[in-house]
Amino acid sequence: MYIRDTIAAVSTPPGNGGIGIVRISGNTAATVGSAIFKPVKDGGLKSHRFYFGSIHDPASDELIDEAMAVLMKAPRSYTCEDVFELHCHGGVLVVERVLDLVLKCGARLAEAGEFTRRAFLNGRIDLIQAEAVMDIIGSQTEAALRLAQHQREGALSNRIYEARGYLVKALALIEAYIDFPEDDLGETDIATINLTVDRALSILGELLAGFNDGRILREGISVLIIGKPNAGKSSLLNRLLNENRAIVTHIPGTTRDIIEETINLGGLPVKLLDSAGIRSTSDIVEQEGIRRALEKIQEADLVLFVLDASRPFDSEDQMILDALSDAKTILVLNKSDLPRVVELPACFDGMISIPISASSGSGVDDLREKVRTTFLHETDLDNREFVAISRARHHDALVSAEAVLRKFRDNLLLGLGLDLLAIDLRDALSAIGSVTGETTCDEVLDAIFSSFCIGK
Amino acid sequence: MMTYDQQYDVIVVGAGHAGCEAALASARMGCLTLLLTLNLDAIALMSCNPSIGGLAKGHLVKEIDALGGEMARNIDATGIQFRILNTRKGPAVRASRAQADKQLYRLRMKRVLEQQDNLHLKQGEVTALYLEGDVLRGVDTRSGIRFVGRTVILTTGTFMRGLIHIGLTNYPGGRAGDLPSVGLSDQLKSMGLDVGRLKTGTPARLDSRTIDFSRLEPQHGDTPPVPFSFHSTGIPLRQVPCHIAYTNPRTHDIIRSGLDRSPLYAGVIEGIGPRYCPSIEDKVVRFPDKDRHQTFIEPEGLDTVEVYPSGMSTSLPIDIQIAFYRSMAGLENVEIMRPAYAIEYDYVDPIQLHATLETKQIPNLYHAGQINGTSGYEEAAGQGLMAGINAALRVKGRPSFVLGRNEAYIGVMIDDLVTLGTREPYRMFTSRAEYRLLLREDNADLRLAEKGHLLGLVSEADYMTFQRKREMIAAEYERLCSTHLEMNASQAELLSRHGCADIQKGITLEQLLRRPEISYTDLAAIDDVSRETVSNVSEQVEIQIKYRGYIERQLEQVERSHKLENTKLPDELDYYSITGLTTEVREKLAKAKPDTLGQASRIPGVTPAAISVLAIAIKAKRWKSHEA
Ligand SMILES: Cc1cc2nc3c(=O)[nH]c(=O)nc-3n(C[C@H](O)[C@H](O)[C@H](O)COP(=O)(O)OP(=O)(O)OC[C@H]3O[C@@H](n4cnc5c(N)ncnc54)[C@H](O)[C@@H]3O)c2cc1C
Ligand SMILES: Nc1nc2c(ncn2[C@@H]2O[C@H](COP(=O)(O)OP(=O)(O)OP(=O)(O)O)[C@@H](O)[C@H]2O)c(=O)[nH]1
Ligand SMILES: [Mg+2]
Repeated sequence: MYIRDTIAAVSTPPGNGGIGIVRISGNTAATVGSAIFKPVKDGGLKSHRFYFGSIHDPASDELIDEAMAVLMKAPRSYTCEDVFELHCHGGVLVVERVLDLVLKCGARLAEAGEFTRRAFLNGRIDLIQAEAVMDIIGSQTEAALRLAQHQREGALSNRIYEARGYLVKALALIEAYIDFPEDDLGETDIATINLTVDRALSILGELLAGFNDGRILREGISVLIIGKPNAGKSSLLNRLLNENRAIVTHIPGTTRDIIEETINLGGLPVKLLDSAGIRSTSDIVEQEGIRRALEKIQEADLVLFVLDASRPFDSEDQMILDALSDAKTILVLNKSDLPRVVELPACFDGMISIPISASSGSGVDDLREKVRTTFLHETDLDNREFVAISRARHHDALVSAEAVLRKFRDNLLLGLGLDLLAIDLRDALSAIGSVTGETTCDEVLDAIFSSFCIGK
Repeated sequence: MMTYDQQYDVIVVGAGHAGCEAALASARMGCLTLLLTLNLDAIALMSCNPSIGGLAKGHLVKEIDALGGEMARNIDATGIQFRILNTRKGPAVRASRAQADKQLYRLRMKRVLEQQDNLHLKQGEVTALYLEGDVLRGVDTRSGIRFVGRTVILTTGTFMRGLIHIGLTNYPGGRAGDLPSVGLSDQLKSMGLDVGRLKTGTPARLDSRTIDFSRLEPQHGDTPPVPFSFHSTGIPLRQVPCHIAYTNPRTHDIIRSGLDRSPLYAGVIEGIGPRYCPSIEDKVVRFPDKDRHQTFIEPEGLDTVEVYPSGMSTSLPIDIQIAFYRSMAGLENVEIMRPAYAIEYDYVDPIQLHATLETKQIPNLYHAGQINGTSGYEEAAGQGLMAGINAALRVKGRPSFVLGRNEAYIGVMIDDLVTLGTREPYRMFTSRAEYRLLLREDNADLRLAEKGHLLGLVSEADYMTFQRKREMIAAEYERLCSTHLEMNASQAELLSRHGCADIQKGITLEQLLRRPEISYTDLAAIDDVSRETVSNVSEQVEIQIKYRGYIERQLEQVERSHKLENTKLPDELDYYSITGLTTEVREKLAKAKPDTLGQASRIPGVTPAAISVLAIAIKAKRWKSHEA
């Protein structure tokens, strides 16, 4: 949109490698940037100087990443506005996280080509460059249109329209009571309004969960293999990779450091982490390896907890189980080619467990499939293109719609005035409208006239 | 054709609600103005219901008043029942409504016109615009007189090729008892304007002596009645009630039995009717499960027995009309004095207008009121005022005057009309205003009086009253922010009674008023100064404090759209030559020819990406013309 508020986006191409830059542009760029970036040396940031420091979540003060930052004061910047750039190192997920924080601190997600557009409108780049940008925007519009048409038949967009329909209906209920007080409509039907908005909210919740799937699809997941020494973790890694990547021996404590490899699980990129066996030990190198292994539990999207099924459950297994706390876990019962000895304590009830043999390969396909379906639902692969292109903007819009609607529901129950309630609903509708491209006024009137007998 | 030897600045055609405001505005701004109308005895006549205001319409009336228009004062002087609607639904959607003594309303407006300097009031039917080549020079009348003027405002209402329907009988007329206007719309069409056909209807007028009011429920106005105008000090006329009656299943059977002779259902009527004013047959057909429909029996005046049953408009034949009105409880013996009828008329799609209400095709020609496809007196009056102002500004060579969607309902209405056009009669609703919380009845003067004064429409005396009020509001706000609560025994007692026992000594009165449990009236109980504050000041302060969060949210949205609204799109922009727009968007823009980027963004189907492309295209165009 042609409005000079503060915008932000990741300005490096998506992908895993190297540095990711989050660029912020607009009047409040410096404020937004400084809210999350702390330079190592205290004192303000001078224009056009690189500073080393760290990025924190201002809400929790949690450290997100170490980063470089540079502030470029207007007009000496790409857009001729104040620009703040954060150069992060930590890979795609961290960059996403940083962008999220920036958006929370008051910037708006930039639209396609918006930095360049501003650069042009502020006289920074010339006409020929600008016309190139227009073509890009144009072709993106076409692509978006095609996509939208494709999506019209798709389940995803149907759901958005369904949610929108509920909101229009709820708004019509409110507006009818506002605009037609003399029309014998009875009392304001709060219960129906509440129910209708609830329906919309649950669809939005579902969609947002779906968008998360989309992120996973694009960026993959990380899976940590953990277990006590000699459980067969490295054997499992090798089996999943189909190559002898990690050293396997019968000596407990073979693996000392984290080993990382990436595989493709039926369309899902998976980063596998093999780790040192967990036990009490006085060996300093091994201790460090164990520390690293435990640290990875928090970051992993999934943990494969490998048990040696040919041996009893012991205190080392228990120690690992405790360390896992609420991490998403699949229990892998290895060495199922040997007689089963292990007896699982009651606390394992309900946890998914899969018997395999890393040495023979039996059960490993089941494990593969289980990992995949934990993250992907059948339809996702078909939606990949859509999700990949429009995820960020749509996600943004739906998140803000969801937030206002929650507020709306609270306000409704508090008995807030209808005029104010309508504002919340309208904001939610306009957020959704930025995905579907619809405006609402006439639709609300249509809904009023078709559901109420109104008029003098 | 005889040419009248007077050069007018502004010629207004039609003395309906639009025409009266238009003529008064231009004359008051110092332009020599001619107001021509078919019948001098039917000036500002209420063709349909004898009432002014209601939701969103009351807002329009207050805005007209704040800008120096006449409608509010006219209804205050001639109103016979005043009510404020939605008092419990929040300040933004409160609205005033009044019943008018229809004859007194018309007579007072005529007197005001007659006494206005610079204004000539004449009877005559305009049959054609008078052009020299492409240039508008004035108008020609049926009686053979040509009037010369620099600008012309058409406010012909329902009169152009008006056709009245009662059952399957129909005849030409501009309104029951009035002739239609013939010729003008054909000429407009021949000049390339898109002329369409709409339909509306009105109920029968009944003889109140034949109604048993003891069986109907009375509905009284507010006491004391609250005037519309910010400058009226009271309501002079005696106040009378309306009465509520209901249809019943038998009524509906009778109505259904006549549908085969309804011009609407028989397909005789081609014009599109308003969905919000459905005829009673429409209601019965579309909502078959409803076993009764409500009607307010509204008095047409203090001095007449005629009454108006609202919501009972119909184009059914007269025998069915008699039977169904008489099927209602209390109306068993009712006599019809004037039958209900439907009317079809020509309108000119307002998408062909600039936001000043000047036609894009013919410079110096303005359209206002029902000719633009709207319906309602207030909608007409608001447009009339704006057209009158802009014609006067044109004559004086001053910049035009357009109200934003964030400034007034008038702005919302005109923007809707000229941006989107209309295919059905357009009525104002509060839900059309995205900044509804900012556009309240109570702050219409704060929003607009300054502008009215600058235009020369608000008198010095009225302006001073307004300034005093504005200062008092600011002072009271300031006082509440800087007065701290002592928390003596009676204050503590009051607060705990309101469930605010947690409140600490030392908070300001402003903070106290922010609490949902506490109203300004409560404040008056614990604070002497508050007790003395006049109500229109305390009302403002209370609203500003209590709704601050939401008001600020809307103000932010306004702020964000500012750039868009202020970016002009050149008339001659060739949308087909702009790369990056889809064909669909090009077509839509080429048809609507929006004046600003803001307007363009409101055209359905014009995406944010398209707006970006346009923004760049305009800038590029300026760039090129610089280099050239
Ligand atoms: C049957 C009927 C039903 C209606 N029902 C409703 C309703 O339910 N709700 C609602 O909100 N509104 C209703 N209205 C509409 C309402 O009356 C109008 O919206 C409003 O009066 C329009 O104001 P105006 O100034 O545009 O036109 P009008 O009030 O119609 O005034 C037009 C004036 O122009 C004059 N005129 C016309 N042509 C010429 C000419 N060629 N030369 C000179 N003078 C000319 C006429 O004499 C008249 O004085 C109804 C109108 C009618 C007739
Ligand atoms: N019978 C049987 N032996 C297995 C199986 N999987 C692994 N082993 C054996 O168990 C021993 C340990 O295997 P590793 O894969 O090195 O075990 P680890 O968990 O990586 O051990 P550390 O790295 O020391 O923690 C080796 O001798 C493997 O051959 C299995 O499925 N069946
Ligand atoms: Mg190992």
